[in-house]
Amino acid sequence: MSYLEQNLRTIPSGPRKLLHVNWALVVLTVTVACIGFMMLYSIAGGSLRPWAEPQMRRFAAGFVLMFAVALVPIWLWRNSAALIFGLSLVLLVIVEFFGQVGMGAQRWLDLGFIRLQPSELTKITLVLLLASYYDWLDLDKVSRPLWVLVPLVIILVPVAMVLRQPDLGTALLLLAGGGAMMFLAGVHWLYFAVVIALGSGGVSLILASRGTSWQLLQDYQYRRIDTFLDPSNDPLGAGYHITQSTIALGSGGMTGRGFMQGTQSRLNFLPEKHTDFIFTTLAEEFGFIGGITLLGLYVLIIVFCVVSGLRNRDRFGSLLTLGIATTLFLYFGVNMGMVMGLLPVVGVPLPLVSFGGSAMLVLMLALGLVQSAHIHRPRKVL
Amino acid sequence: MRRSPQDSRDSALRISRRALVLFGVQAAAVGALGMRMHQLQMVETDRFRLLAEENRIALRLIPPARGPILDRNGIVLAENEQNYRIIIVREEARDVPAVLERLSRIVPLDEDARERVLRDVMRRRPFVPVTVLDRLDWDQVAAVAINAPALPGITADMGLSRIYPLHHDTAHVVGYVGPVSDADLRRADDQDPILQYPKFQIGKVGVEARLDRDLRGRAGSRRIEVNAVGRVMRELERHEGTQGATVRMTLDAQLQNYAQARLGEESASAVVMDVHSGDILAMASAPSFDPNLFVEGISVADFRALLDNPFRPLATKTVQGTYPPGSTFKMVVALAAVADGLVSPDETVFCPGHYDTAGRRFHCWKRGGHGRMNLRDALSESCDTYFYDIAQRVGIDRIAEVSELLGLGLRHDLPLSGIAAGLNPNRAWKQRVHGQAWRVGDTINAGIGQGYVLSSPVQLAVMTARLATGRKVAPRLVRAIDGAEEPVPEAEALGFSEAFLAQMRAGMYDCVNRRSGTAYASRIALREVAMSGKTGTSQVRNISAAERATGVLRTDQLPWERRNHALFVAFAPHDAPRYAVSVVVEHGGSGSGTAAPIARDIMIETLFEGAPPIEAWPTEQRGRAERLRRELNLRDFSPGAGAGRTRA
Repeated sequence: MSYLEQNLRTIPSGPRKLLHVNWALVVLTVTVACIGFMMLYSIAGGSLRPWAEPQMRRFAAGFVLMFAVALVPIWLWRNSAALIFGLSLVLLVIVEFFGQVGMGAQRWLDLGFIRLQPSELTKITLVLLLASYYDWLDLDKVSRPLWVLVPLVIILVPVAMVLRQPDLGTALLLLAGGGAMMFLAGVHWLYFAVVIALGSGGVSLILASRGTSWQLLQDYQYRRIDTFLDPSNDPLGAGYHITQSTIALGSGGMTGRGFMQGTQSRLNFLPEKHTDFIFTTLAEEFGFIGGITLLGLYVLIIVFCVVSGLRNRDRFGSLLTLGIATTLFLYFGVNMGMVMGLLPVVGVPLPLVSFGGSAMLVLMLALGLVQSAHIHRPRKVL
Repeated sequence: MRRSPQDSRDSALRISRRALVLFGVQAAAVGALGMRMHQLQMVETDRFRLLAEENRIALRLIPPARGPILDRNGIVLAENEQNYRIIIVREEARDVPAVLERLSRIVPLDEDARERVLRDVMRRRPFVPVTVLDRLDWDQVAAVAINAPALPGITADMGLSRIYPLHHDTAHVVGYVGPVSDADLRRADDQDPILQYPKFQIGKVGVEARLDRDLRGRAGSRRIEVNAVGRVMRELERHEGTQGATVRMTLDAQLQNYAQARLGEESASAVVMDVHSGDILAMASAPSFDPNLFVEGISVADFRALLDNPFRPLATKTVQGTYPPGSTFKMVVALAAVADGLVSPDETVFCPGHYDTAGRRFHCWKRGGHGRMNLRDALSESCDTYFYDIAQRVGIDRIAEVSELLGLGLRHDLPLSGIAAGLNPNRAWKQRVHGQAWRVGDTINAGIGQGYVLSSPVQLAVMTARLATGRKVAPRLVRAIDGAEEPVPEAEALGFSEAFLAQMRAGMYDCVNRRSGTAYASRIALREVAMSGKTGTSQVRNISAAERATGVLRTDQLPWERRNHALFVAFAPHDAPRYAVSVVVEHGGSGSGTAAPIARDIMIETLFEGAPPIEAWPTEQRGRAERLRRELNLRDFSPGAGAGRTRA
């Protein structure tokens, strides 16, 4: 009998669960989403259409979904983790054959009420499955090569499928998210050291071979790498976006140009201003203060997740909560790093703020899981 | 999987340690994001704000309205006319071909034009307006406006275009405007940014070209906010430019109209000048052309026709044409001779019809000879022999000096294009240009304004004015720019004694008013405004020995281009000179027969300011004069008649 099940009696049931919801997290979630509505309203030139209103409806749906997920006992999620992950892999396969290609390389399935990007969903289901796996696995087996191989396969299968789309950004995020789970679960340092050493060694080998007789990649592939690393190599493509985006950010200054006064976004100099680059509009109109505030809100969400995760004596709930917090961090960290010109441009939305259905629903699902782990955490420590 | 409490505690401990590391890394990353934000938004914000401004703000020029050109009395010679054009905006029209099809049923729009518009429209961004039709009149625009609901994306736009209301009359002097050419843009002395403005027009010839800087004005500007694809979002700031200056000329539109009409279809030119101020009242060059054609964009066929016309309508013959002045040059020779004391006015020379010198025989135009001639007779009857003789005595270098003093053979400062200098030949010039010594025969020829001597009609008018006043009158065409009167410089004296000049004038008086004078038929019958003048008939070729043997052919037996040029210079009234006139009719036959009557009629028109009394003509010519004046189809400049609009 697991520790969790020993303490079943102390876990709230029925409507009483609502009392145990992590309400601070809910308030933070709603606050961030409202900032998103405001920005979408501003970008549309002071109009709820075409972005703010659908976004609100999606958030409402996501909000319901979050509570639905939260109220489901955490062990049900744990037990069906493999099934859910399998389902997301099936969706990835389906999208490969029936999906539509949008901006960049992401593919979606048009389900009528939502354009679902299975790759977004996979970010969460992967965390779910790995948390479940390490919950099941004996602690002393965690670092044994065979038991390290299993999660590696679990991670690399969706990574390979996403790479085929080809969506390098999402593939790297899946890799990072999966790696973080393995790290949290306590896989031995050496594995990470070896992977990092091999990875950086391979990359430097590929870069070093350029222009020599044993060049490992084609010239055009190198040029793609160049553009990926330094967008100013492609001034009319990715470079243009990053230049305009940093101009928008920089021109915001301390307090910004005022609500709906951002010239860069209103005059269409910003690319993808309502999706991946929405942070630039916020930073342009509300300046450093606005940008830091949103960053602070995200940090608070993560802090609440981490606190909840660390205090959770259930290994599954703890791993899941921390993994989701890391995924959330990867979302906003990579997005902000990208629009500030610190990271290459990859298609990552700003969580809860960017216009888009998949990311919104997936994030609400993830926060629902965090709440579920929080509500159903074991109360008494023996 | 079941797990003991001990396991759980181990698990939690391990997770905590790892989480510390993992979230420590995340905290560092968040710190980096915050630093970057601080760097961009606090440290470098000024630079980025500037870049954002550069992104969104564009400067557009507002073309200034070109200044009008008026005659001396305020009659409009050139101004801007509002015209209408029809423009189409693709994004509003949606189905451009269908809209054009419907439009073509309302206004003339042929297949080619439709195709051009379609091509233009597709090449531009969807919000950029494209001109469909230009220069429409009000009725057409009204028709389009009525049908507006069926013509989405079509709007009428108002523009300014240059118009020359007097058409042919002032084509050469006023000139015309045209689009800026690549050559114009390369000119280092004119880097006005407005030249880059699409379809901007600048002066191409004549006053329009030479006074372009005054007429052009200064461009205004507006700062506009544009979006990433260049669509104008709003106007932030506007500086109106300054309109071009109003140029008031010395021309008298009514007289100009008369002179142009009087020259008719001859290849001819006429200049009327105020002898005191140098104001040019008329400057006609025929045949002429309609400058409005050039503004609208002249068709290839029309342009070809102008170029191929042997009468050279595009040439401004008054300043660009140079001709041997013929006998009109005789005053120069005579003045040089008497002023230097080489010839006394009463001294006579015998004219047997020819003059022998240096082993050659030079003929007088009168085969039978004039007999005994003094200075006055010689000018009056234009005796060549007399001038062969005194030219010999004066010498070519002195003749050239006096010629220049009287305003011949040099460029006068007028705001016109391609002014020719003409030529005052002398020994040094021939040596330099032809590498030959000056010969006696050259002086003989120069003595009667033939050979190397070349003068333009405006120079001849200046010469006449200087003879009439004894002062170095300089011609001028511009009276005022933007109301600021151009000062008339006090003309300095020529330096010839009044007695000598009076002898010249007396000879010219006799030439017109004495029965034996060559221009007696072209006199003014009213004594108080009597005209003095001098005929000139200049050869354009050498008469061959064979021709001389068989006798010179009559003018009408020669092909046009071999006929003599006909010249006449005059001033009036004789006793108190006010105006000088010069007329040159290319290949007109003879000065007395062709040029003098024209000059006389123009002079009468000038003296009586467009309302000449019939008594001005000799009795027997009055019927013809009246008929001729009627047939000229002169413009009616009386107020309200519509031919000439006036401005203050």
